[in-house]
Amino acid sequence: MQPFHYIRAASVEQAVAAAAQTQTAQQGAQIRYVAGGTTLLDLMKLDVETPARVIDINHLPLGEVEETADGGLKIGALVRNSDLANHPKVKAHYTVLSEALLSGASGQLRNMATTGGNLLQRTRCMYFRDTAMPCNKREPGSGCGAIGGANRMMAVLGTSEHCIATNPSDMNVAMTALEAKIVIHGPHGERQVPIEDFFLEPGDTPQRENVLKPGELITHAILPPPTRGVRSHYLKLRDRASYEFALASAAVVLGVDNGTVRHARVALGGVGTRPWRSHEAEKALLGQPADADHFHAAAEAALAGAKPYSQNGFKIELARRGLTKALSTAAAA
Amino acid sequence: MGKSPASYIGGDFSRIDGPLKCSGRAVYSSDFNFPGLLYAVPVCATIASGRITGMDTAKAERMPGVHVVYTRHNIGPLHRPGKGDGTIDEKRPPLSDDTIHYWGQYVALVVADTFEQATDAARHVKVSYQEDTPDVSTQLAAAEKPDVDTERGDPESAFASAPVKVDHTYRSPPETHNPIELHASVAVYDNGHFTLYETTQSTMNHRKVMAAMLGVPQEQVKIIMHYLGSGFGGKLWPWPHALLAAAAARNLERPIKLVVSRKMMFESVGHRTNTQQRMRLGASHDGKLLSLQQDYLWTRSREGDYKENCGEATGFLYSTPNLRVTAGYARRDVGYPTAMRGPGAVPGLYAVESAMDELAVALDMDPVQLRIKNEPKVDETNGHPFSSRHLVECLTTGAEKFGWDKRQAKVGSMRDGDTVLGWGVAACSWMAQRLPAQISVQLNADGSAHVASATQDIGTGTYTVIAQMVAQLTGIGLDRIEVKLGESTLPPGPLSGGSMVTGSMVPATDEATRAAISQLLHTATGSGGHFAGVSADQLTLSEGRVHRKDQAPDDGVPFGKILADARVDHVSGKGQSKGSGDDPKEKKLSIHSYGAHFVEIGWQPDIARLRVRRVVTVIDGGRVINTRTGRNQIEGAIVMGLGMAMLEDTEYDSRNGAPINSNLADYLVASHADTPEIDVTFLDYPDYALNALGARGIGEIGLAGFAAAVTSAVYHATGVRVRDLPVRIEDLLNAPEQSAA
Repeated sequence: MQPFHYIRAASVEQAVAAAAQTQTAQQGAQIRYVAGGTTLLDLMKLDVETPARVIDINHLPLGEVEETADGGLKIGALVRNSDLANHPKVKAHYTVLSEALLSGASGQLRNMATTGGNLLQRTRCMYFRDTAMPCNKREPGSGCGAIGGANRMMAVLGTSEHCIATNPSDMNVAMTALEAKIVIHGPHGERQVPIEDFFLEPGDTPQRENVLKPGELITHAILPPPTRGVRSHYLKLRDRASYEFALASAAVVLGVDNGTVRHARVALGGVGTRPWRSHEAEKALLGQPADADHFHAAAEAALAGAKPYSQNGFKIELARRGLTKALSTAAAA
Repeated sequence: MGKSPASYIGGDFSRIDGPLKCSGRAVYSSDFNFPGLLYAVPVCATIASGRITGMDTAKAERMPGVHVVYTRHNIGPLHRPGKGDGTIDEKRPPLSDDTIHYWGQYVALVVADTFEQATDAARHVKVSYQEDTPDVSTQLAAAEKPDVDTERGDPESAFASAPVKVDHTYRSPPETHNPIELHASVAVYDNGHFTLYETTQSTMNHRKVMAAMLGVPQEQVKIIMHYLGSGFGGKLWPWPHALLAAAAARNLERPIKLVVSRKMMFESVGHRTNTQQRMRLGASHDGKLLSLQQDYLWTRSREGDYKENCGEATGFLYSTPNLRVTAGYARRDVGYPTAMRGPGAVPGLYAVESAMDELAVALDMDPVQLRIKNEPKVDETNGHPFSSRHLVECLTTGAEKFGWDKRQAKVGSMRDGDTVLGWGVAACSWMAQRLPAQISVQLNADGSAHVASATQDIGTGTYTVIAQMVAQLTGIGLDRIEVKLGESTLPPGPLSGGSMVTGSMVPATDEATRAAISQLLHTATGSGGHFAGVSADQLTLSEGRVHRKDQAPDDGVPFGKILADARVDHVSGKGQSKGSGDDPKEKKLSIHSYGAHFVEIGWQPDIARLRVRRVVTVIDGGRVINTRTGRNQIEGAIVMGLGMAMLEDTEYDSRNGAPINSNLADYLVASHADTPEIDVTFLDYPDYALNALGARGIGEIGLAGFAAAVTSAVYHATGVRVRDLPVRIEDLLNAPEQSAA
């Protein structure tokens, strides 16, 4: 770990002002916010993140879950994963989010990890995390170690010749299916970004993972009001029963009326370079009978553009099965 | 008051060191701190094969808190150990030349005031290399003609003419020991004398090796290891970090702490080698084995002579007139392989028991019956009788507890709702031997007992079972017996490996305790003593009281009072026992433990999910001294076996030779949520060939055979035979059994 200056922020404005001097809010940032620290401290110990300054935002008033005027939820960036997963309104109306959070990490990590931090969780790609290895995300232009190497855990959707690392978060997948909005405070005020527009595909700039600019701080995530009559579900598939990142996961929000799908939101995890919204699957479902054939068809549509690498081709079929099962579970609930 | 004598052996006793461990008061090796202590962090090679061409330490040396950066130019004398200098896998002293044999090899050592400073400075040591293309392939071909481990009859001809045959090759991957406690050394140097706090499974061997490699007499090296956060064989022998810590302490005359990182655990402190084993079995139509051949290969590092003895149990597990086991190795640019829990037999029995299951399928025969049919009467490798063998009873008892009679043999035919069930069985065996052991037992005037030996408790319960042995002979309560282990200055005790400590300690402890009791009775019968004028052979010690043999213990006198009244502070005895290899009688017996695993897996084809649902294991491990710590051993081994079967695999990047999944998120071990219901039964037949209590060891046998029981169950559920561990989702996605019945 490289020595760094520690700054404790007393207000959002103070935090943003202190961070605004960084040249980038992406990989290589000279200034980083720290909340739960479950990603950042690991990466600092590995010298993957080497900020000169770390701004502690744990004392900012961002730890509440509030109901919005239209019946949605406004989740503070510092709300811990455990608290959010067990919040009565989340459990009752946003089941997919509660299930996703509880499938991630361990109890100890969920007690530390925050909503804002989880939105910015970095990839678990082994090449990204080892400074002795090439990685275009960590060190642009050095090459991708994973494409010709150990890529069993890597993405099959949204990849590029420069990077095939997955977004590892479970929460982000559920938030994507719920069409959350990300509230961002920056040097020039506040903006809201739909979660689908928040994450970037790697393309030829894999070091850029989201739309955050220097100094910008995620303060909240807003969930729209729950759609009447819908059911949601998160299914995570992995080698062991606990404490492992998804090989493939599916978040579904499904409304069925008289056997016909009236509302469908689908997102996949573990297979995409970002939380993977599948409009193709949604289109294949809407207005169609809620039955096994159409769930299969939706899963086919969701993975139609998938590209396998040497070790991870099985993920395509695994994700299809996971999505099919998640849809049938939500429909039967 | 003590309990009646017999109750201390075979009972369910908590660990006597449990309260210390649960309350954080047990001091582990890396917990030791001393005034002036400095921290050492190694610099690790980032190539797997080649040479160091240059090193720039100037920047690191100028960093805050840094005392020195050691390289081969200034580390000072370290010597290659010779014959008789103890056991170490990596004999090349660290920093001895510019050649790199494996990824992560230490190339320099930074010493600083704090761990953080040393870590930061280590990253700023710039090393340049001339890199050769490494070979880390797990596809093996023998480097030289394989040795014949054992053979009888004419296995080739018998196989050729056998009516039913199987011929398959099985692979097990490199596995990395991942005890929670990292390897660590705290080295203290004082005027030519070293006190080394080590994470070791053998204080005595560690002393011998360190003395030889540091170039000092053994008397000038003391090893301390009071508690180990487990080792699994990875801490049997010293590793280079221990030498670097000791050399730095010597050079700087300051205490040095060096804790190996989790990443380094995958590189420079040993691992279980991968194996590749061709199994050829031939049988008659009614299931009699006619020929059994096992041709196994394993990986060696560029130097070293490690052997993964996969054929250990093959020769005597089943009866067959024709058999051959051959052993060959290939060299690769990887770190040094070493013993891992059940070395040899664990990968070996994965192959043997998998092939037996495949033979049962080929014969259309129940796999339990196949094994029973081939039960030998004597050890057919040498004609020796078995000291105590109950493998058939393990199989029949396990089958009954598991409900094996309800098994439907057809693949995919058993279900629980949408989950396809698979049932598998495998037998297991592990050696039972004694090592030389010494111990002292002291009975004190305050009514307590002190017991001391240089052997160690690696978390398995050795403190407790030694206390039980003394309690058994004296009736002194476990709470009054203080056991001191893990210091090389105590009476020399055996290494904690091969499941040998308990069996080895029995005769020595027996002798030492009886010698102390004899002294006590002598004191009791001395002039002015409580039993003055009585002959010592008319007295005995039970329930902690000295009494006439024809009296009840309650009519006697507490032994502490005997000593106190005689103004004797304590009496003591020493015990010393030989290894079983030195006993001509034991050499003519086949002494082994046996067992059988029954496994149920659940396969959910709709989401490609495979989980172990329940396990029944029956162990014939001699007399079990402590059923709780004994059961813990078997349960832990089964969880480890689940990892071996379904999760663990150290993956080397073929382009640069790095073990790439070198952390606990990417190298998967079984989690609590993976742990199924486990039902362990001990048959508890004492084996008096090994010692007076009839105890054999049980630390390793639970892992042997387990992976084969899992892969057999996977086949039974899915129709897919995985011969390349671990079983993974991708192996099963195209299983023929997909849809619910």
